[in-house]
Amino acid sequence: MDWFPLLLSLRVAALATLITTVVGVVGAYALARSRFPGKGLVEAVASMPIVLPPTVLGYYLLVSIGRNSPIGRAWEAVFGQQLVFTWQAAVLAAAVASLPYCLRTATAAIAAVDAGYEEAARVAGLHGPRLALTVILPLAGRGIVAGISLAFARALGDFGTTIMVAGNIPGRTQTMPVAVYDRVQAFDYATAGTLAAVLAGVAVVVLLGVRRLERSAL
Amino acid sequence: MTLDVDVRAQVGEFRLDARFTLPSGLTVLFGPSGAGKTRLLRLLAGLDTPLEGRIAVEGVPFCDTATRTHLPPHRRGIGMVFQHPYLLPHRSVLANVALASGHDGRAARRARAHELLVSVEADAFADRRPHQLSGGQRQRVALARALAGDPRLLLLDEPFNALDVRVRRQLRHLVRDQVARTGVPTLFVTHDPDEVADLADQVLLADRGTITTITAVDTALRPLDE
Repeated sequence: MDWFPLLLSLRVAALATLITTVVGVVGAYALARSRFPGKGLVEAVASMPIVLPPTVLGYYLLVSIGRNSPIGRAWEAVFGQQLVFTWQAAVLAAAVASLPYCLRTATAAIAAVDAGYEEAARVAGLHGPRLALTVILPLAGRGIVAGISLAFARALGDFGTTIMVAGNIPGRTQTMPVAVYDRVQAFDYATAGTLAAVLAGVAVVVLLGVRRLERSAL
Repeated sequence: MTLDVDVRAQVGEFRLDARFTLPSGLTVLFGPSGAGKTRLLRLLAGLDTPLEGRIAVEGVPFCDTATRTHLPPHRRGIGMVFQHPYLLPHRSVLANVALASGHDGRAARRARAHELLVSVEADAFADRRPHQLSGGQRQRVALARALAGDPRLLLLDEPFNALDVRVRRQLRHLVRDQVARTGVPTLFVTHDPDEVADLADQVLLADRGTITTITAVDTALRPLDE
């Protein structure tokens, strides 16, 4: 049994979740607590990965980070190699695909915080990042953690977007879902079944954790 | 300290017109529900913006629509106790009070918070979380938090409404003691005549959005006796 796909998937999902957490929570705070022109458009664009077919999302990402794109050229200039068809591209794919799950859940959680807590804290002298970190985000904490958990599960299971931008290179970019597909194509159902069972097990653990968080929030 | 208020505000159909100079001591803002009492406190705290007018402390404007000045709540140096205590559930009682202290350094903030908890007789549960306290205990802590920043003005918005009569009486005495101890000018909102009689040095009357009359306690309560 080759454990590389599992280890790569965990690394990709962990790094993607890190990106998703930072971008998602900061973005959620801005969306929930401020008004600005085009806010609806930003929300719609940020949610597109949920409704777009993963291969379409992957196509747009491939065009955005390919060798001829500004991002692709900048990456190559700094790191001396192309971004597409690397494990780093898989991280980017997983982060983009999972972002809306964190963003939407965290936005709803932050918007649901009773405004009275914020007002009491502001009168008591808190403002800016200290207000966000000590009052708003902890009060929305369970919802934010639930969003991060869902994003991790989505990142771990991404197939379509990942295969479009990172390919299926054994030992380099082959994540667990891609490996399941690869093993089935090779009629190696025993390995495919084991990999699928591990992925399903992780998904169940994450969903049970999310359910527990949601119940404790009631 | 002098607080000069001359503001108009509009919320839907409701119009507020407030014009007064707050005297020192404990002033009770008295009037029926819907008279604009809470609205006025929100303007003073900077949580709402007036349609027009000026609020100034010692001649320095908190807000002035003529010059487009609006000092945000955290820069006004006000302590406020709300109807709901709004203590952070994920922090201990001590940490809740320490958060509002303007002192430099964690140790100094916690020492100041402990000192205040002693003064409101809430130090025994300093390490507990707010949900482990009774309603009266929570409002004691909220009062300590309001005093933690050494405010130049203390606002209390019907803070004891949800409490039983005995606890309300205890907390009224506590407020009186704290105002006497700190000397901070205080505006206490209520529609309860007992609280007026128990607390007020003078009364600011609120009537259907007009808040302009400062009067003696006897004068304010006389119409209720007739």
